[in-house]
Amino acid sequence: MDFAFSEEQEMLRRTARDFLAKESPSSFVRKVMETEDAYDPDLWKKVAAQGWTALGIPEHYGGFGSFLDLVVVLEETGRYLVPGPFFETMAMAVPALLEAGTDAQKKEVLPLIARGEARATVAFTEPTGRWDAEGVALAAQRAGEGWKLDGTKLFVPGAGVADYLVVAARTRGAGEDGITLFLVKGRPAGMTVKPLSTMDMTHRWYEVKFEGVTLPADALMGEPDKGWTPLKRALDAATAGLCAEMVGGAAQVMEASVEYAKTRQQFGKPIGIYQAVSHKLADMLLEVESARSVTYYAAWAVDADAPDRPVAASIAKAYTSDAYRNIAGNGIQVHGGIGFTWEHDMHLYFKRAKASEVTLGDATYHRELVAQSLDL
Amino acid sequence: MDFELSPTEKAFRDEVRTWLKANAPTEAEEPESAGQRGGAPGEGLRPAGAEGGPPPLKEWIDKRRAWQKKLHEAGYVGIGWPKEYGGRGATLMEQLIFNQETIAARAPQPINVIGLGMGGPVVITHGTDEQKRRYLEPLLSADEIWCQGFSEPNAGSDLSALRTRAEDRGDHYVVNGQKVWTTLAHVAKWCLLLAREKPADNPRAGLTYLLVDMESPGIEVRPLVQITGDAEFNEIFFTDVKVPKSQILGEAGEGWAVAMTTLLHERGTLGMALATQAQVTIGEVAEHARKLGRGGERLARQRIAQHHIEARALQLNGYRAITKIMKDGIPGPEGSLMKMMWSELNQRMTETAIDLMGPFGQVRDGGSWQYSFLRSRANTIEAGTSEVLRNIIAERVLGLPRSR
Repeated sequence: MDFAFSEEQEMLRRTARDFLAKESPSSFVRKVMETEDAYDPDLWKKVAAQGWTALGIPEHYGGFGSFLDLVVVLEETGRYLVPGPFFETMAMAVPALLEAGTDAQKKEVLPLIARGEARATVAFTEPTGRWDAEGVALAAQRAGEGWKLDGTKLFVPGAGVADYLVVAARTRGAGEDGITLFLVKGRPAGMTVKPLSTMDMTHRWYEVKFEGVTLPADALMGEPDKGWTPLKRALDAATAGLCAEMVGGAAQVMEASVEYAKTRQQFGKPIGIYQAVSHKLADMLLEVESARSVTYYAAWAVDADAPDRPVAASIAKAYTSDAYRNIAGNGIQVHGGIGFTWEHDMHLYFKRAKASEVTLGDATYHRELVAQSLDL
Repeated sequence: MDFELSPTEKAFRDEVRTWLKANAPTEAEEPESAGQRGGAPGEGLRPAGAEGGPPPLKEWIDKRRAWQKKLHEAGYVGIGWPKEYGGRGATLMEQLIFNQETIAARAPQPINVIGLGMGGPVVITHGTDEQKRRYLEPLLSADEIWCQGFSEPNAGSDLSALRTRAEDRGDHYVVNGQKVWTTLAHVAKWCLLLAREKPADNPRAGLTYLLVDMESPGIEVRPLVQITGDAEFNEIFFTDVKVPKSQILGEAGEGWAVAMTTLLHERGTLGMALATQAQVTIGEVAEHARKLGRGGERLARQRIAQHHIEARALQLNGYRAITKIMKDGIPGPEGSLMKMMWSELNQRMTETAIDLMGPFGQVRDGGSWQYSFLRSRANTIEAGTSEVLRNIIAERVLGLPRSR
């Protein structure tokens, strides 16, 4: 048994951390989060130059490295709150393309993503806010050779700067049967993309409306009506990837809080000497380390295509959602008044934690999936 | 990353599994504790000795002793110890496999828990050759049972406040004082005793670590009845007990360092066993919910799933810790983290099991879940309270300033 990252992966982690400390400090994040799409094209180019936009894409589609390598980088992008659709492109859209895309679609899109020349996301949730199959209602009908889409996708992360959208649509029935996936290129007529005013400004969500949008026949991904199985597999990968970002953020909050508790003095002593503070920090460590364990395992299970990959992803998301929220909240508490100010970075993590908590299903949703796996 | 066992490890696992299947007593034959006994509806837990209380411990202890002997004859006791000391020199993975297999098979633990977990490792680390020859073999075979005399009425978490005195009388010490919470003291042959030889400004200086013969004149053992009704623990009173100087472990006056080895072993090896235990417990809680027909209730599902998630996190933390030990060689303070996590999780799991029964949980389960529920309250106290463990994590892992 070897439950650790390889030497090469640890090196990648150090490189990523050094790179992002320089290229995505909080001053940069704050500047970019004020822009309409919370996206900086120059940073994307630099990230692509590092090779990170190729991670997890098979070599014959122009990529290299494994999903686990990508997870190493995602933990660091989460630590530095890197704005822009890196997670959406690499951990949502790439797995969806790999699971459901036709060879022609993969050949077209994956090399562009690998070279840093395209961004993509998955449009799943709708105004019901559900992350399960029942939530997919956007109507798709055959129209001549192609298809016609009508409906609204909501809370779609990164859609404003995405060149490609993987859209989950309803072609018949309800639930898992009758879901069909489409690859939408650019902005076809009838499709509108509107940014939402999100509490977490470092990451933008969008409303994407389809009003009689016609798509060519080759926009279809895989088989009609059978989209749920590959989509669920892609969502498992996305969930593991999101958890990695959350773990990175949680670790950063814990480290900053520990550092603050060592230096901030009250009653003539560093506040970390008081057990009311130090025990909170010990609990943060427990949660960070446990979140790491369940997340790394989920990432391995996705990478190795282990039979327990869906439940591993649910365990990771349920645990990490609660952990990141608790840690970010306690991070503010340990910092006291300064932690509540706009100038301090704690609120950026607190808001990211809350946004991540509801993305791809919250802890309650994933606990229910775990309960099902226990035959309850 | 790789979660596969090597071919040798798989072979060892199969060997252990086959042996346990053929030899381990079933839970009904031998419950985990004397308190975990069957009972008629309406029978709750009563104090030891009272009507309806636990059966005499002697019978339970005899069975456990016989079980350890059987394990020992098959070469399965102290498997991590070096071969020269009667062990098997098993790798960490083999120890993990062995623990997992015994727990999964619901096989009982050997009787000599204190001796195997702490006594043996301390003798191997600090003992003289003569001491190693004398003590290790009967410890492994369960011919001699060990207990641990550390805690006192006024020295709990603050162990260095202990007052039991060991007076130097030339070739021997005279011990006076009281120890408490001493598991197995009533059947033990040897006691790992930490006593104060010289008063010192630093309370950690001047302590001496002695191995005391429990059959010595002047020793009185009184059982302490716990909230479960069992009497696992005892008080030991020492009145002018003569202990020859050949019974010192390590150097006279250097008992604190020896004691720390004891505790490191206690917490270091415990983590993975606890993680496996949690896997078994959550399986039982889920089964309990299914049997009661309450598995469909939303809140019950959420609680049980959360327990399962935390038990899995605990197990995976253990895998990461083991990987680290295999790469770096030394157990870190992570053992404290795992013990703390397990003890609090175990309290929540057993409480869920009781809650699922509603008012029936108070009256008629014949003791099993009631026993586990009540016993779990000690988990956050014994072998380091959760408060002390949080201090250790804060200071040794996070590097925060010492609070005391």
